[in-house]
Order: sequence, then structure tokens, then C-alpha cells
Amino acid sequence: MSAPDLSNAAPPAVAALADVGNRAAPRKGRRLRAFVRNPTFVAGVAILGFFVLLALFAGVLCPGDPQDIVGAPVLWPGEDAEFPLGTDSLGRDVLGRLVYGARASLLVGISAAAIGLAIGMVVGSLAGFFGGWIDGLLTRLIELFQTTPTFLLVVVIVAIREPSLQTIALAIGLASWPTVARLVRAQFRSLRESDFVMAARSLGYSRTRIIVQEILPNALPPVIVAASVMIANAILTEAGLSFLNMRDPNVVSWGGMIGDGRDQLRTAWFLTALPGVAIAFAVLSLNLVGDGLNEILNPRSDQ
Amino acid sequence: MRMGRRIATTLRRTVIHAGPTVLGIIVLDFLLLQLMPGDAADVIATEAGVATAETMAAIRERFGLDQPVLTQLMNFLGHLAQFDLGYSPRYNMPVLDMIMMRLPGTLLLMVTALSLALAMGVIVGSVMAAWAGRWPDRVLSVVVLLLYSMPGFWVGLMAVVLFSVKLGWLPSDGNMTIGAELTGFGLVADRLSHLVLPALALASFFVAVYARLTRASMLEVQRQDFMRTAHGKGLHPFFIQLRHALRNALIPVTTVAGMHLGNLLGGAVVVETLFGWPGMGRLALEAVLARDFSVLLGVLLLSSFLVILANVTIDLLHAWLDPRIGEAG
Repeated sequence: MSAPDLSNAAPPAVAALADVGNRAAPRKGRRLRAFVRNPTFVAGVAILGFFVLLALFAGVLCPGDPQDIVGAPVLWPGEDAEFPLGTDSLGRDVLGRLVYGARASLLVGISAAAIGLAIGMVVGSLAGFFGGWIDGLLTRLIELFQTTPTFLLVVVIVAIREPSLQTIALAIGLASWPTVARLVRAQFRSLRESDFVMAARSLGYSRTRIIVQEILPNALPPVIVAASVMIANAILTEAGLSFLNMRDPNVVSWGGMIGDGRDQLRTAWFLTALPGVAIAFAVLSLNLVGDGLNEILNPRSDQ
Repeated sequence: MRMGRRIATTLRRTVIHAGPTVLGIIVLDFLLLQLMPGDAADVIATEAGVATAETMAAIRERFGLDQPVLTQLMNFLGHLAQFDLGYSPRYNMPVLDMIMMRLPGTLLLMVTALSLALAMGVIVGSVMAAWAGRWPDRVLSVVVLLLYSMPGFWVGLMAVVLFSVKLGWLPSDGNMTIGAELTGFGLVADRLSHLVLPALALASFFVAVYARLTRASMLEVQRQDFMRTAHGKGLHPFFIQLRHALRNALIPVTTVAGMHLGNLLGGAVVVETLFGWPGMGRLALEAVLARDFSVLLGVLLLSSFLVILANVTIDLLHAWLDPRIGEAG
């Protein structure tokens, strides 16, 4: 949250009141300490950081195409020092595939959450700011999407188009925005009557400016918490889709590895277990980050 | 008497409220159908193997596919009003019949999983709240957080490895033993043994959701005035927790249970496919693979209706749990 861009034209005193909006600045130091002291948050960030590094440096850590057949099929972990986590039924390196899988999961998770956040923030802020019939209409829309089973909707959207990473991210984003919209709407409804918004109105700021520069920054804390949970859920959804074979055939994904390994469940269950552990830890790290952020940003919230 | 009136008021209000949502879902469904690549004529032509431009045009005319979009929407609504979800050329069967054949399987799985998740979640959450901050709370918190992070279908697969492959206790495929002529107790036991693993896989995530929620709302309730009154009356702490705290904590839990029903249905798609469970979710996936979009959208539509129905039920449940709800309406 950067320092506010105080308008060049506004009288400084009133403008300062209007920008009480930016309450983060004086607390920055305290906030930072709160982050470092929260063990949940630190643990989450550490695990998440590990996965992000894996995804970024997959090419350096495991050179070579993860789809290539490099050894004998179905080697158990530890059986051959060259493949520490074994090989799958086609003789592909499990470790390399796990490392590259981090890329697909994080990419889909983050882009789906970004799409969901963008739609949710626009719908939520418009509904909360304007109220009246706009709110009524948009609330209906939110309810409509919340009633539709998310995973089924994602399956339908992916079925309409071809299952590429982009389509999957788009589908998950399109199905997951209502949660954010509800949150942002509630925040806008409570903030639109506050003093700093009144001050901004009296200065004759445009609606767009009040929404984007005054209210939105203050509505963000619960949205940031929701964002990490959204990424986590998107990763779980992507895993489910890939498991059902609705995936990009050219991309290695953890869910797809589970789907492939399922055929060898009776003989080589490690092929199913390992990618699942990877998913669980990636999702766990995001949930820990979310819980930690929640404790730091909304200290009195009950959820 | 008064409870009857309260419930009637709630029922009327929720039905009025649900009407536009139902209409919206139908329109959304129709729009998605329009976006699908190819139309019913293409599907039928592919099935038949040969198609000239004339026969295609004839098929389109017969199904009204050459009409403007708005007219088609009206036709769609008209058919729905007669419970007609269209016809599947692939299976040579009305879509509604196909879904109705699968609905009981999905309902059985969902009700079992939801009951399991609610029961375990409320128990675990209450234990966590009762020992808040002490070791039972901490240990269970870690377990719950892990369950919250694991994909349900993977939990199911690991359960298959343990209980079916290694121990051989439970079957891992289908909803009954095929070919076994069972009656009475044997039949029920056979069905139940097939139900355990899918229900566990579907419930795992939701146990975590309800446990976290129960813990939070139980702790929230402790601060309320009526809790102090109950203590002051000298009631046994166990009954205070059960009759006063839990009853009030159940309201957010049931609300969230209703909100998650859609997710539960979504989870059923994966779990049913995994366990070969003959339900609506697996039908949806079969429809995707067969590119039979009328079936797919029929499942989406009916699932949404199921969620609305469940939410109305939950509103009624609330009117019963909380005397304040429905009074004003």
C-alpha cells in the first residue's frame, strides 16, 4: 500500500482528511513486525516460497523435458540413485515431474485467483457503492453464481473450449468470483458513509476516484485474506480437473500425475501418493498464509 | 402454533426470493448451451454418420434451431415448464430420465457424506473449543488444517490403498457387489461397505470446514449474556455447552453447510468417477467425454435446483432453531 497521491488541486487540510483513507502508512512498521512475529504466517510463507522457487527454477533444477522417458518403468523411490523419487509407468522421472508440476499448479492458481479477484472486486464495489437497483441486480447475479455448483460450472466451461492452462484458469476464475464480490460489497457498504469518503465527496472528487483511490484501499484487508484461500482452492480445483483428464496434454500437472498413477494404485501407490503430498503442502502453505494474514489484518474477526 | 406460523412466513419469503434465481439459472444454462461448439443437428448427424446440407437443415427446422435466439429461449423455457430437459441422441433417451436414474445414487452419497462431515466436524470443533489453546486443540487444529488442504479424491485414493489393497476390508469400485444374490441384512451390509470409502473421500474437506467453523462460533457464543445467565442458574457446564452454546453455534454451521452444498455436488463429480459410483456427477463427466452437451447442462441445471431446494430447507431449519428468525417477515 503506497503513500496516497494527494491531489495537486485540493486544499491540503481537507485533502489530508479525505486521505485518512490511507491508514496503512503510519502503521507500516508495526505491521511488518506483526507479520514476522506470526508463526502461522511465517511457516506458510516459507513453504510457499519453496514451491515458488521450484516453479521458477524448474528448468535449472531438472534440465530436460519432464515428459521424456529416461529410465526403466516403475522404479520405486530409492531403488535407483539417479531417480530419487522413482519413475512412473512410462519410465519418466517422478522428481522432475513434481518440480515442473509446481509450475502448472501455481500458474493456474494465481491466474485463476487474479481473474476471480478482478471480477469480484468490480461487481462488489459497484454493488456496494451505488446500492439501490444496481445492488439488487448484482446481488442476484452473485447469488446465481453461488447456487451453481462451482466444479460443474468449471467442467462445463472447460468442455466448451479446449482444455489448455488458459481455459482452465479462466474457467476457475469465472466460477469463483462471488465470494470476493460479497466481501467487497459488504466493505463498500460500511465504508461509503465514513468521514473520509464524505470529505472526498465534498471536494468534488469523481465517483471513479472515490471508488478506486479512497474506498478500495481500505476494503482490501479481507480481500487479501480471501486471495490466498482462492489460490488454494483454485489449485485443488485444477488438481480435480487434471485427475479427470480435463487437462493440457503438453503440461505436467500434479492432478494429472495422480490420474496417471491411479492405474498402478495396487502395485505402485507411491505414484499417486507423492503428487498428492505436493498438492497438500502447496495448499497448506496458502491456507497458513491466509490464516496468518487474517490474524494480523482482522484481529477481531471471528472466522 | 407460533412456530408453525413462523415457518410458514419463512417458507413464503424464501420461495418468493428463490424464483428469480431459478429463472436466472435457466437463462445462464441456455447461454452456455448456445456457446457450445456445434448444435444438436451436428450431434445427430455425427451419430448417423452421413449428413447432407438438406438433412441438416431439416433437423435444425425440426428442433427449432433455425429460429432467432430469443424464440429458442422461449422454447427452452416452455419445454422446461413441462419438465422436458431435451433428448440425448447419443443415449437415445430423454435427458431427464437419464438424470433421474442417477439422482438417487448421488443423493445417497451426498446425504451420507454431509451427515458424516457435519457430525465429525461439530464434534471435533466442540472438542477444540472446549480445550481452546491447550494441546487437544493444537493437535486437532493441525489435523483439521491438513484435511482442509488435501484434495478429497486423493484422500479417497489413499484410503483405497489402505483399506482395499493392503487390508482388503472394503470394496473400492461400484455401489454393490455385481452378481451377488443378497437379501436382507447381507444386502444392506454390502451397500454400506461400498458407501464408506466414497463418503469418506467426499466428506474429508468438509469435516475440516465445519470443525473450524464450529470452533470459532462456539468460542464466540461463550461471550454472550445468555451464557452468563446459564452459568448463574447453576446449570451443569456440559448441558450449558450442549443446550445453549452448541444450539446457537449451529446456525452459522448450517448456513455454511447450505452454501457448500454446491461444492459438495462438484466434489461428487470427481469422487463418483474415482469409485465408479453410478451417480449424477459421473454422468456429467460421461457427457463431457461423449460431447453430449444437453445431458451436461441438464445435470448443471438440476444440481442448481437441488442447491436452491436445500437452501430453502436450511432457512426452515433456522426458523426452527432460532425463534427470532421469521418473526419480522
